[in-house]
Amino acid sequence: MSGNNERPIWVLQGNEACSVGAVAAGVNFFAGYPITPSSEVAEFMARHLPLIGGRFIQMEDEIASMAAIIGASLAGARSMTATSGPGFSLMQENLGLACLAEIPCVILNVQRAGPSTGLPTQPAQGDVMQTRWGTHGDHAIIALAPATVLECIELTACCVSLSEEFRTPVVLLLDEVIGHMRESVAIPAPGSYKVRSRPLPSDDEEDYQPFCCRCNDVPPMAHFGGPHRFHVTGLTHDERGFPTMVPAEVDKKIRGIVDKIELKADDLAMNEETMTDDCEVLLFAYGSSARVAKASVKDLRERGVKAGLLRVKTIWPFSGKRLKELAPQLRTIIVPEMNLGQLVTEVERAVAGVAPVRHLGRVDGHLFEPDQITDFVLEEIAS
Amino acid sequence: MTKDSGRFEIRLSGSGGQGLMLAGKLLAEAASVCDGKNTVQTQSYGPEARGGKSKTDVVISAEEIDYPKATRVDVLLAMTQVSADEYRKSLKEDGLFVVDSYLVDDPGHDSAIGIPFTLLAIEKCGRALFANVIALGAIVELSNAVEWESLEKTVLARVPSGTEDVNKRALDVGREAARSATGKAS
Repeated sequence: MSGNNERPIWVLQGNEACSVGAVAAGVNFFAGYPITPSSEVAEFMARHLPLIGGRFIQMEDEIASMAAIIGASLAGARSMTATSGPGFSLMQENLGLACLAEIPCVILNVQRAGPSTGLPTQPAQGDVMQTRWGTHGDHAIIALAPATVLECIELTACCVSLSEEFRTPVVLLLDEVIGHMRESVAIPAPGSYKVRSRPLPSDDEEDYQPFCCRCNDVPPMAHFGGPHRFHVTGLTHDERGFPTMVPAEVDKKIRGIVDKIELKADDLAMNEETMTDDCEVLLFAYGSSARVAKASVKDLRERGVKAGLLRVKTIWPFSGKRLKELAPQLRTIIVPEMNLGQLVTEVERAVAGVAPVRHLGRVDGHLFEPDQITDFVLEEIAS
Repeated sequence: MTKDSGRFEIRLSGSGGQGLMLAGKLLAEAASVCDGKNTVQTQSYGPEARGGKSKTDVVISAEEIDYPKATRVDVLLAMTQVSADEYRKSLKEDGLFVVDSYLVDDPGHDSAIGIPFTLLAIEKCGRALFANVIALGAIVELSNAVEWESLEKTVLARVPSGTEDVNKRALDVGREAARSATGKAS
């Protein structure tokens, strides 16, 4: 997938490419605890960040890693960590703190087969719902899923930008295949990615309010060490950061952190469509499964089946807009995932019965093969 | 390799510690950076640092590569008996099957080419760990999966400094062994 021949071609691993994207987007703080299949991200950042004046800290565990990137972000750094399922589980509590306290940070989760220690070196897509609902309480999350090594660069940079823009944690959801895959890429020119910065208050702003409660605005974020003093807590808080139990304030806070993201779902949706114009069978997929689905769509077209692929790069917030538009023309929607049915439930919700939705799950630690998806589609349309 | 073919699949298999991931990475880099093809390299191995099954797939194509793994293998290298048994069924009918005859007693395939990579590594390069580079030399000579110059350039650029000479010798040992195994004059 080399694109522009003007640019140098590198063979990069997905995890390395994420690191390249992070550094390009200005990430200058990384705290983490290495875990297969994400360790190459920590390895790269450990080597690279000291060279550009950044900080790398290997923490004692993933609880502390998440806490450290939150702290660094409050002090003004662009911060990131990388992990896999077992570590992602440990990060959930502090991930909730980052959601509630509106602290920008990026978490890379290279999914491996679980639950528990599972299969450390083998792929899965089993953390999709954990990403959405792993931390307790009502909240929203942004999560992106790359399918190519070039997208690992692009979407990591995008995660950094979105975390800053929305003052919220953003998850890059890879799987072992994408994280460990090496692919030829034309390296984007420096400055290719426009990365937003968190809104800052002016130093002399009086009555500074650090937290979201003004409709769905993202409030300015003062940095620790600057002229503004404010309170950060995991207790539900008012605009100034102090704990509140006043129902109207609590309601406004919780709706605020959800609405600032969920109401933008259609704007945040990034899709890639293959042969969807006239398709009657739609494959809906993401990550490495989408690469297999794309191969399958081409096979199916050669067999005369009008198949198409909708690949989502934005997993959360989930946008059903394209699905709703396509549904009336479809005989069926097939959702291959390396789990037993996670994002498919959102597809069903969006389509609301207009077209039948079928799930194809795989949980044996291996990626689908094109023939497996093709055969499943052929059986579905024959029945 | 047919130079304009859609898809060419190489599978390097053996045991953890034999250097097959590195070999796959070098092939992918030679194919894309030097030969200008699209490449995807994937891997499969267990949690152990040494031992256990280990496999890497390198897919080379002039076109976009969707499915990143090998399914119908054009070139299969097996560096252990277990990997020969496991993966020979993935080989295309007219595919090239090369085994390390020092470690594989029975390739279980009529047209398999046996070359004692590990023995050659010990005898000609001083250490068993050069078996992967010797094997690369052999399979590239036999399959033209990448240009020879591309392979040599990539290997020499990627090996630790000070080991260029012995790695170049390893490539040549592999090429010579491939030529004698198939009766080609050197």
